[in-house]
Amino acid sequence: MKPIIYSEIEGRSARFYGFAAILGVFVLSALASAYYMEHNGHFVTGMSNQIVWGMPHVFAIFLIVAASGALNVASIGTVFGKTMYKPLGRLSSLLAIALLVGGLAVLVLDLGRPDRLIVAMTNYNFKSIFAWNIFLYVGFIAIVVVYLWLQMERRMNRHVPAAGMVAFLWRLVLTTGTGSIFGFLVAREAYDSAIMAPLFIAMSFSFGLAVYILVLLAACRGSGREVGDVLLRRMGRLLGVFVALVLYFTAMQHLTNLYAAEHAGVERFILLDGGIYTLLFWAVQVVVGGLLPMALVFRSASTGSDKIVRTVTLASVLVIIGGFAQVYVIVIGGQAWPLTLFPGMEVSSSFYDGAIAAYTPSLPEIGLGLGGVALTGLLILFGMKLLRFLPTTLANAAIDPHHVAAVEKT
Amino acid sequence: MNMKTPDFDPVRRKFLSSVAAAAGVMLAPGVMLYGVTRPSSAAARAAGVEASGDVRWGMLIDLDRCESDCNECVSACSRENGLQGHGRQATDAQWIRKVETSSPHTGASRSLPVMCQHCAEPPCVDVCPTGASFKRADGIVLVDKHICIGCRFCMMACPYKARSFVHETLEDQKPYAPRGKGTVESCTLCVHRVDAGRTPACVEACSDAGGGAMLFGDLNDPDSEISQRVTNYASQQIRVDLGLDPGVRYRNL
Repeated sequence: MKPIIYSEIEGRSARFYGFAAILGVFVLSALASAYYMEHNGHFVTGMSNQIVWGMPHVFAIFLIVAASGALNVASIGTVFGKTMYKPLGRLSSLLAIALLVGGLAVLVLDLGRPDRLIVAMTNYNFKSIFAWNIFLYVGFIAIVVVYLWLQMERRMNRHVPAAGMVAFLWRLVLTTGTGSIFGFLVAREAYDSAIMAPLFIAMSFSFGLAVYILVLLAACRGSGREVGDVLLRRMGRLLGVFVALVLYFTAMQHLTNLYAAEHAGVERFILLDGGIYTLLFWAVQVVVGGLLPMALVFRSASTGSDKIVRTVTLASVLVIIGGFAQVYVIVIGGQAWPLTLFPGMEVSSSFYDGAIAAYTPSLPEIGLGLGGVALTGLLILFGMKLLRFLPTTLANAAIDPHHVAAVEKT
Repeated sequence: MNMKTPDFDPVRRKFLSSVAAAAGVMLAPGVMLYGVTRPSSAAARAAGVEASGDVRWGMLIDLDRCESDCNECVSACSRENGLQGHGRQATDAQWIRKVETSSPHTGASRSLPVMCQHCAEPPCVDVCPTGASFKRADGIVLVDKHICIGCRFCMMACPYKARSFVHETLEDQKPYAPRGKGTVESCTLCVHRVDAGRTPACVEACSDAGGGAMLFGDLNDPDSEISQRVTNYASQQIRVDLGLDPGVRYRNL
């Protein structure tokens, strides 16, 4: 097998700048949205004293969870020694950083006082899982930057396995932290469970790989590089395994809750009569984002090389749609169910006690969230233009030693 | 927030702090004197003196005296703390609210005020990333409006739905009850009144115009009326199963 050669994408075409400009418009509209929200106050959004975290948090959590998952592709190469994944490590690291920065930007711009970011950096309450997460996020970026440098600087390549292991362990802790933001909320029936941490890790595997596949295919297509079907089939199957893992943890999350009579109400709400949340759960999260992509990738063995790109792309898109729905159901659906102050009693008040909270995402919230996605896109785009993230080819012969052997034998 | 930092002059600062200290010494006895008239056992706290851990402020609310159609505590709280609604129920702040409960089996109903329960183990304080949510030594749970970044994690963590986020621009604030757009707030137990040796506005209003259901005092002082009552009669805490030991107790819940 020949050594892998990486190169920048050209990034001078009208198409490149056109795409960058579109992303730029989204970023600007996100800034305008954030200004509008801060200037008027959050009452202009769909968020309230009942639904305190809204659409920006759905976007932010999706991006942050996907960030740690996107790094898995690099880990599979360096930590688990899968040769075929080694050429994919650099892009995986770039994606991890870009997704995290995009997610954090949304989170920060939604704060009631984003101008006090420096306060969050200088005042810490070490009992807060949120405060730990600030360290975990900043540490993640620092570690992945070093990991990336070791991958890109040939003289330092021997240190890649060690750095890869540190990065892999760190990302597991990071996603544990993100899941525990919800898992540690003892008073909220929809959360309050240790399963939130492993569930979020499984979600990160799945969302991260789906995003990676789409970015890789788009970047290679846009810069005229070949991606062999051997790699695609393998990534597709891995995605299927990750999706199954998410479904398993989701099933356990709800089964455990269903067994406890006290949680019957919240489970009935999410699974049976919660309107939009029930629809999103079953139709989008489970069917569109779970069963369908699994069927697609596990039945792809017979799919011809010409169609495999389409199959895996479609599966990845469905996983992202389903994943977004899942985060929406967790974040918004979980808050829509009222707190139980008086178990066994019917309650009412002027402050929506005992009532299902209403929420309609507002345009500025969606604008802010999309801006985070666009920022991620811009970072990836210009990253690939400035540095050598992308292998010149990912054709079967270039990345699969067995493939070469098979060809030589015949 | 946008004020420029003045040049530092150590001599001037020292002089000013001496003057402030002298003023404190002069004024403290007056404040103490005022405290004698208070209904509870502990004295008022002089300016500059830290809240004492010997005190645990708390409240006992007797629901047999709380009428469903009475809203005096809520109105008094809004007046006292300058909580003006904007006619937007979902986003307007509510530091105290009347909750109506009824049993689906027996139909037995209750009406009770719910506010920040001033927990001994407050989840809002645990989860706050910057330490803006804090508990004073005397048990009052507050938000430092200067370091609250408005992340709302405390609102997610509070089991009592006691906190509100300031969703709109504020006007005509009360100088003793500062609020901040984009920050989180909740019942302060009228800390400005308590420090001056008075009772919270809701308690006063309940006594004056309501059913006299609310009793405020020092739970740590065995001789205080509230201690006597919680010792001699059964009282309840909301969500006692969570083990947060709220300072607000209820009778006949």
